[in-house]
Amino acid sequence: MTERPRPAPPSVTPPEPLLEDGAETSTRSPWQLFLLHFRRSHVAVLGAYLLAALYLMAVFAPFIAPYPQEQIDRQRFYHPPQRLHWVDPAGTFHPLPFVHPTRMVDPANFGYQEDRTHIQPLRWFVRGAPYRLFGVIPTRRHLFGVDPPGRVYLLGSDPSGRDVFSRLLFGSQISLTVGLVGIAISFTIGMLLGGIFGYFGGWVDTIIMGAPELLLTIPALYLFIALRSIFPVSLPSQQVYLAIVVILAFIGWAGLARIIRGMVLSIRRADYVAAAEALGMSHLRIIARHILPNTLSFVIVAVTVSIPGYILGEVVLSFLGLGVQEPAASWGNMLNQARNLRVLSSFPWMLFPPGIAIFVTVMAFNFLGDGLRDALDPRKVLGGRAG
Amino acid sequence: MPTFLLRRLLQAIPLLFGVTALTFLLLQLAPGDFLNTMSENPQISAGTLDAMRHRFGLDRPWYLQYALYLKNLLLHLDFGESFSRHQPVFAVLREGLGNTLLLASAAAVVTWGLAIPLGAWAAVRQHSWVDRGLSLLAFLWLSIPEVLSGLLLLFLAARTHLLPVGGMRSLDWEGLDTAGKAIDLLRHLALPALVVGLIPLASRMRQMRGNLLDVLRLDYVTTARAKGLDERTVVFKHALRNAINPLITLFGYTLGALLSGSFVAEIIFSWPGLGRITLDALLTQDQYLVLGSVLMASVVLVLGNLCADVLLAIADPRIVHD
Repeated sequence: MTERPRPAPPSVTPPEPLLEDGAETSTRSPWQLFLLHFRRSHVAVLGAYLLAALYLMAVFAPFIAPYPQEQIDRQRFYHPPQRLHWVDPAGTFHPLPFVHPTRMVDPANFGYQEDRTHIQPLRWFVRGAPYRLFGVIPTRRHLFGVDPPGRVYLLGSDPSGRDVFSRLLFGSQISLTVGLVGIAISFTIGMLLGGIFGYFGGWVDTIIMGAPELLLTIPALYLFIALRSIFPVSLPSQQVYLAIVVILAFIGWAGLARIIRGMVLSIRRADYVAAAEALGMSHLRIIARHILPNTLSFVIVAVTVSIPGYILGEVVLSFLGLGVQEPAASWGNMLNQARNLRVLSSFPWMLFPPGIAIFVTVMAFNFLGDGLRDALDPRKVLGGRAG
Repeated sequence: MPTFLLRRLLQAIPLLFGVTALTFLLLQLAPGDFLNTMSENPQISAGTLDAMRHRFGLDRPWYLQYALYLKNLLLHLDFGESFSRHQPVFAVLREGLGNTLLLASAAAVVTWGLAIPLGAWAAVRQHSWVDRGLSLLAFLWLSIPEVLSGLLLLFLAARTHLLPVGGMRSLDWEGLDTAGKAIDLLRHLALPALVVGLIPLASRMRQMRGNLLDVLRLDYVTTARAKGLDERTVVFKHALRNAINPLITLFGYTLGALLSGSFVAEIIFSWPGLGRITLDALLTQDQYLVLGSVLMASVVLVLGNLCADVLLAIADPRIVHD
């Protein structure tokens, strides 16, 4: 999606010989070797932990979020992020943070002031709006909250008085998964087509592999928009989600198929493929059992580094107003609300929460991808010849 | 050289046909019968619609339609009619394309103007804190999509009032003299060009660094040093020019990134270019305009790649004979 070739990452630790002697390699399985290499890269491990945290947050979004994503509050439009306090004006220390209730002092400019005479303690595991955890378990418990009718806005509220923090969490459910679903489809098509046509070759191969060439001829975003134009401009949320996934997969499969095809072309000349053929193995079995598994390490890296592109695809489309529609939240349509100049300069909490979330996600995938690339580099696995 | 150019030109033709086939296919796939929806719009006369039907043979089978579509495109530069703007698509696109190319060129100046010196600096000071700092920055910058950097710069501009926050011209544009107009345009151009130009910067900088490091290891550089030339002359006069050559090939790839990047920057900074036109067209369901601009952007990309090939052939005669 984004046409950014990535540079080599800054090496945080100087490259050191990972395996001192060849004898050691034989005692470790490929998986152990992979883990050994992977753990040496601190940024990659950091990326993996960040992603684990992000996806856990997405899974537990309705529990962590104090409010439903579409719950509006007509009293508090553009409420700024609230400060957490531990010490009240009298000087007493509270082990659990609290917030001061606010009231609007400047309705024209959405100015709010803290009422320092009252405190609203944050409470754990409060009862709130009902939801279904993981889509099945009905419950009303939320991780934290304040006693109603007060509301807590950790990251402020939007023009309809909806909690930005809650929307960020619910938005992650869309923004973080659209890439995974899209890449899963691209990956399947790419593996199938790349594997089969790389193995058999022929004129079908020539035509199919002309497609990546063609898709690269159209600037990515224009292609994206052209494909979006087949679908009606406004669609219900689920259908838009599906449409985005289909578009992303349609654009994305070509690149993967090309990589896999190239690898298959070289692997099929290997002696062990000839041996399998001589033993009478069927072509499809050879492709599935002997050739495709060998492309896997490269494919894993390719997939990891292309997921940010898929995520940004959704972000850009929703940012342009062509993706996920209100009231459903996605990081892209949250940014869309920040497009307005007045909003941007007066209410920066509309920009920074989704912006930082996108930045951290993309960065984590880049870190992880680079770590995987190093750890899965076969030259290293073969005993550190390449150093 | 002529054979080389001819070969490249011939390679571009099937691609362009592929793009027209794709846009035509998308035109057919658009939801509903497009002209029927249009006929409910009182602002569009029945005559315009009939003329469109006739021009594009919309009541004939699809292969005749495609033939007509190609004929109109190639012979008359007729991309169809923009219904939302009541103008031929080509007229709308021509103006937008000019603005987009202006933005993309300015962005290219930003990219290459920063990538070459910064990359060279990092290479000359390899393993120093400059080198490490620049590569760390480049790596972090890769994680900031243009949507974010654009909004961030817009935010800063809105807060500081140093630069205009959008559009292409100030309100008093007509009253300015030539120099004033140029300065005004540059001021409006600065932020979007920065957003678009910084996208490919990180990778170009790394490539420049790598190229220069490679060249500095070559024998002729050692010879130059052995002659007693000072390091400045060795780097700037002998090594740098050869290190820039491989970057020319990348110009074509960069153009794609610049065009896509311009799309978002145009929306954020209200720059009246191809991207804005395309988005507006999509929102008003102006299908011919959408696909016309997609086609236009692809043609620009193909031509850009062609130019890069020619430039490279001029810069490095070995290429032609390969």
